[in-house]
Amino acid sequence: MKLFEYEAKEIARQYGVPVPDGILASTPQEAKAAFEKLNQPSMIKAQVLVAGRGKAGGIKPVTNAEEAFEVSRSLLSMTIKGENVEKVLVEQRLASKHERYVSMVVDRSSRCYTILCSTDGGIDIEQVADRSPEKIIRHKIDQLIGLQDFESRIVAKQLGYSGKQMNQLASIINKLFQIVLDYDAELIESNPLIETDSGEFVAADLRILLDDNALYRHPRFLERMKTYEPDMTALEIKAREKNLAYVELDGDVGIIGNGAGLVMATLDMILDYKGKAANFCDVGGGANEERIASALKIVLANSKVKVLLINIMGGITRCDDVARAILDIQKKMGITKPMVIRLVGTNEEEGQRILTAANIPSLNSMEEAAAKAVEIASKVK
Amino acid sequence: MGKETHAIVQGVTGSQGSYHTQLMLQYGSKIVAGVTPGKGGTIAQGIPVFDTIEEAKRRFKVDASIIFVPAPFAKDAALEAIASDLNPVVIITEGIPVKDEIQLMEIAKRKDTTIIGPNTPGIITPTECKLGIMPGHIFKPGKIGLVSRSGTLTYEIAASLTNAGLGQSTCLGIGGDPVVGLTFVDVLEMFREDPQTSAIAMIGEIGGNAEENAAEYIMNTKYPKPVAAYIAGRAAPPGKRMGHAGAIIMGKSGTAETKIDALRKAGVKIALKPGEVASHLKFK
Repeated sequence: MKLFEYEAKEIARQYGVPVPDGILASTPQEAKAAFEKLNQPSMIKAQVLVAGRGKAGGIKPVTNAEEAFEVSRSLLSMTIKGENVEKVLVEQRLASKHERYVSMVVDRSSRCYTILCSTDGGIDIEQVADRSPEKIIRHKIDQLIGLQDFESRIVAKQLGYSGKQMNQLASIINKLFQIVLDYDAELIESNPLIETDSGEFVAADLRILLDDNALYRHPRFLERMKTYEPDMTALEIKAREKNLAYVELDGDVGIIGNGAGLVMATLDMILDYKGKAANFCDVGGGANEERIASALKIVLANSKVKVLLINIMGGITRCDDVARAILDIQKKMGITKPMVIRLVGTNEEEGQRILTAANIPSLNSMEEAAAKAVEIASKVK
Repeated sequence: MGKETHAIVQGVTGSQGSYHTQLMLQYGSKIVAGVTPGKGGTIAQGIPVFDTIEEAKRRFKVDASIIFVPAPFAKDAALEAIASDLNPVVIITEGIPVKDEIQLMEIAKRKDTTIIGPNTPGIITPTECKLGIMPGHIFKPGKIGLVSRSGTLTYEIAASLTNAGLGQSTCLGIGGDPVVGLTFVDVLEMFREDPQTSAIAMIGEIGGNAEENAAEYIMNTKYPKPVAAYIAGRAAPPGKRMGHAGAIIMGKSGTAETKIDALRKAGVKIALKPGEVASHLKFK
C-alpha cells in the first residue's frame, strides 16, 4: 500500500526526521490560508500515488497568496495519469545546496533490509543505477542485531559528510529505519533528501510503501485502504474485499483462473494469440463455487469484456463439481456473454461433458482455449 | 527427503491443515503427529495432536515439519520448528508479513535449517513422500527435477511432463513471496549433486531477480545438466501485484523479458508456453 506524501511526512515528523513545514489543503481557499500561515515562498504539491507527478506538472512554486489560490485551483482539478488530485500539500520552499538520495528496501536476494543511497539525488534512482552504478552505496542490515549507530555513520561518511553533519545524517538514517520496522514498510525513500545552505538535512520528498500482508497490524491504514485507494479501480477495490487477486487491464478477454502463475501464463498466451486480456483474476488454488461466483461478477462488471476465459487446473478439486458450479452460477446470474472453459484435473472428462452439453466450449489444452477465446472476441461487435 | 522422512503438521486442526494431512497420509507420507497449541491430547485425521513440538518429539522420531498456521502466527510456528531442529520446514501459509519472513530466514540461516516457502505448494518426491498440497496423482517418478515459484502452474507443467513420459525426481515450490527460504540457485545446486536428477525444469515469474541470479550461476558454473525454463508474466503491467506478493515489476526491474534474456544467454531452453517445457526436455 502506497502512502501519500503528506501521510509519510506526518509519520516522519513524529520520529523527528526533519521535513519542510507544510499544510494539507483540499480547496483553493484552504491552500491560500495555508500559504498565509506559512508566509514564505512555497511549493504546491499534488497529492497523488502515481509516480512522476513532477514531470506531469503536479508540483508548482508560488510566491503570494493569490498565486497559491490559483495554482491549487488548477492542480485540484487535474488528473495525473488517471488519478484525480483530491488534496495538495502547501510546503515551504527550501534552498538546497545538494540533493541526496536515501532509501531502505527489502532486498529479496539477500533476504534482509538494505540501505541504498547516493550523492546524486533528485533524479530517478534507476537512471543513476544505469549511468553510474558506482554512485550507489549499499548497506545490508542484519535483522537480528538491527541497524547500529556506527553503521549509519559509515553510510553518512560514504555520502561525504563528517563531524556534526555525519552525526546528523546518521541519526536521520536510524530514524528512517525505525519507521520501516514500526510500520512494516517495504520501502521508505527520500528523494531528494536535501542539504540546505546552512548545512541541515531535510527530507524534501518522502515515499513510504507499506507491506499489504502486514496491514492487520496497522488498523488505521487497513481502514483507509478499504475506503480510499486512488490508484485502484472500483472493481479492484471490490475484488479485494472478496479476497480475490484482480488487476484491471485494457483488453476485451475476461480471464479467471486458479493460481497466480497459471493466470499470468493465461494472460501471456492471450497476448501470443494477438488478443488482449481485460484483467488478471486469480480465485486461488482450490477453486470453490462461492469464489468463482464472486470472480464472475467482478470480471463481467467490466463492460469491455466480450468473452470470458476460465482456466481451472483442478488438481485436487473435482472438475465435474467445478463444471456444475459454473453452470449453476451462469443460470443464477443470467450470464449471456460467451464463455470458453478450460478444465483439467480429477474427473475432467465428466466435467467437460457437462459443459459441452450446455453449449460451452470446453477444452483441455490452455493453447486451444486461449486461441478460441481470442477468436470469439474478434467476432463479437 | 524420501520414504523415511518423518514429519509433523503444524496447524493440523485447521481446515486446510486437516484436509491436506489426510491427503498426505493417503499419498504415503509419514506424518507422525500434529501440533496445535491448545489442542494437545486430541486426535486429528487419526494422528495424535500435541501442544508443542517438544512433546511430539518425545513420543516420535520427527525430522521435518509442514506448516499451515495462519499468517499472523506462522513466524512463531516456524521458529518453534527451527528451535526443535526440524529440517526441512515447509511453510504453506500465504500472506506472512515480509518483516517476519526476513527475521525467520536469518534465524534459519544461523541454524542451517532449510525453509521451503512461504507461500509454496510444498515438495514432493513422487511415490515416496509429499509434504505439500499438490495433487499427488499428476507426478510420476523419473529424472526431471522441477523447481517453481508458483502452485497450479507447477501442476500444469508437471502434468505435461508426466504425459510426455518424463517422470520427476523431486518437485518443489520455492514460494511466491518476495522473501523465501530457497533461491533457484540453491535448488539448482541440490539438483546438480542429485544422481536421481538428469535435467531441470524451472518455472519463474516476474518480480525480483532470482531468475537472473540463476542464469548467472548456470553460466558461471557451466552447469552440467540441461535446464528448460518457463517465465510467467510477459503480459503483466509494471507496478501491479499479480496475485503473488512477489510477482511485481518495480520500475524496470523484474520483467519477464530481462529474465528470459538472461536465461537464454546462459544456454537455458526457454519455453514460451507451459507445454513446451516437456518438449524441450524430451530429447535430452
